[in-house]
Amino acid sequence: MTTVLELDAVTKVYDERPPVHALRGVSLTVNRGELAAIVGPSGSGKSTLLHVMGTLERPTGGIVRVSGIDVARLDDRQLAALRARNIGFVFQQFFLAEHESALDNVANGQLYAGVGIAERRLRAERALARVGLEHRAHFRPATMSGGERQRVAIARALAGRPAIVLADEPTGNIDSVAGAAILELLQQLNADGATIVVITHDRELASRLGRQVRMLDGEIVSDSTTERQL
Amino acid sequence: MTMELDLTPARLPADDLARVASAGLRTRPLRAALSALGIAIGVAAIVAVLGLSASSQAGLLAEINQLGTNLLTVGAGTTFSGQTAQLPVVAPAMISHLEPVQSVAYTAVVPNNVQVYRSPLIPAINTNALEVQATSLNLPSVLATSVAKGSYLNAATAGEPVVVLGASAAQRLGIDEVYPGEKVWLGKMWFYVGGILSPAVLAPEIDTSVLVGFVSAERFLDYHTSVTGHPVPGQPTMIYVRARNSQVGAVQSVLAQAAYPEFPNQAAVSQPSAALTAQYRAQSAFNSLFLGLGVVALIVGAVGVANTMIISVLERRSEIGLRRALGATREQIRTQFLTESILLSLAGGAVGILVGVLATIIYATARNWAVVIPPLAWGGGVASAVIIGAIAGLLPALRAARLSPTEALRTV
Repeated sequence: MTTVLELDAVTKVYDERPPVHALRGVSLTVNRGELAAIVGPSGSGKSTLLHVMGTLERPTGGIVRVSGIDVARLDDRQLAALRARNIGFVFQQFFLAEHESALDNVANGQLYAGVGIAERRLRAERALARVGLEHRAHFRPATMSGGERQRVAIARALAGRPAIVLADEPTGNIDSVAGAAILELLQQLNADGATIVVITHDRELASRLGRQVRMLDGEIVSDSTTERQL
Repeated sequence: MTMELDLTPARLPADDLARVASAGLRTRPLRAALSALGIAIGVAAIVAVLGLSASSQAGLLAEINQLGTNLLTVGAGTTFSGQTAQLPVVAPAMISHLEPVQSVAYTAVVPNNVQVYRSPLIPAINTNALEVQATSLNLPSVLATSVAKGSYLNAATAGEPVVVLGASAAQRLGIDEVYPGEKVWLGKMWFYVGGILSPAVLAPEIDTSVLVGFVSAERFLDYHTSVTGHPVPGQPTMIYVRARNSQVGAVQSVLAQAAYPEFPNQAAVSQPSAALTAQYRAQSAFNSLFLGLGVVALIVGAVGVANTMIISVLERRSEIGLRRALGATREQIRTQFLTESILLSLAGGAVGILVGVLATIIYATARNWAVVIPPLAWGGGVASAVIIGAIAGLLPALRAARLSPTEALRTV
């Protein structure tokens, strides 16, 4: 089994007064093809964990490896290139450009991956088809429902076929019916081979994913794969 | 396991950069237009000032060329004791003997405090700053000016109480048409108005003159000069000389000598066309005032652009965070906002150039000038817009680039 993401005793301390220990020695491995949920109440450090996994933030201590590469050895520019080609993000707030069509939103996700515009559009069309929005490709996000918007955002994260997709509360801003559909979509995409890590505070949602990693106060308290209680 | 990954950030091609940078402007067109307005006003002011000044200069030079640059004047200078010199009566004749001289005309200020009035009821002090001058009959042809109304003096009217008014003189006396029997009061008696001259560009002193013939001046205005004790008519105060174009310099150098052999330094020789051109150049110094105002508008515009960009960076923190998450480097974020600022400023500059050029075309065409837009005007307009955009956008762009991705994503 191929390891996509590897965290080893990762700590993150925010230099405030008093210092905030957001992560206290987190070790976690995500293999290719996994659909994992990181679940915990707010303040448990799961958002920090997502940022560290996504190389948006450097850990204070410990080792983070993405596709086998120790990110501590990479400079800022190399991290950006790593994100552009290997990591896809889905955010609770979608972060779509309202004045651009769904197709352009997805295509522009590949802007920094060194892909020409024709190829970007081709990838965007395929990605929109994968999330079932090919008929809405030329609509603007403003005319779409929350569920549709999140599908566009998922398509954007998937279009470049990254090694891993990190989703931060993907159902947090949409109603429960649309949320269930998004969950179904994630499961379906995972079945097609995508590696997805979902961060959520929703235990019920997490329970429907293949693996649940529970966090509390910056530590992993349980991991359904290893079934060990820490 | 370790995979070989390409970790060089992809370069953003120019067309993608332009698309990304203009997206922010397209999203908020009204704000973009308003903040570009300051730049537009500044650039328009600068282009219009430079264009109008160049066009009016071209117009003036064309006019001067049409009037001829071969006119020279000899005026009475000052004596050693500081009094106005008296040119010899024979000076015009002496000058006309010079081979390259084509024609000579002359005028003489009528002494004895003769002034012109609309009627005897006007208080003597209201002279309108007009001069009564006796003139030779060929003055209009030598000055290349024309008679606007009526007719000029001729051999017959030169001996009669008839005046011809300079353009300004007619205006100040309130006479714009020549009717039979139209008269002006010359202190002692009525003179008939024979004609009104068009403005004499090369000899503006004629515009404020009321011209009479020498014989008439002698006969009716007690015009006598006493050079050697004897009254002699016709002592000139200003001589107008047309020389052959190729010989103007040569004539100019000997003119004082020819006019006043005894005291050549008491004859003041000048070339009105050259003097006019020089005077024009001095006048264009006033343009610097308007240019200064244009620069002030540009500075205000720059502040507007900087303000817009700072607000834009604040508002678009989540976009910055998203772009960083999508793999944009700090440099790419910086370049994006810097390019956006330059585009904004450049759009203002382009509109400004258009408005400035249009203003120049309309004004110059209305005055029958050739339309001249100096390359400095539009080139400077574009360059200053780019520089202002770069300066105004630098700080906001640096701020945007410095923003950490997580910090940017946290703010919604």
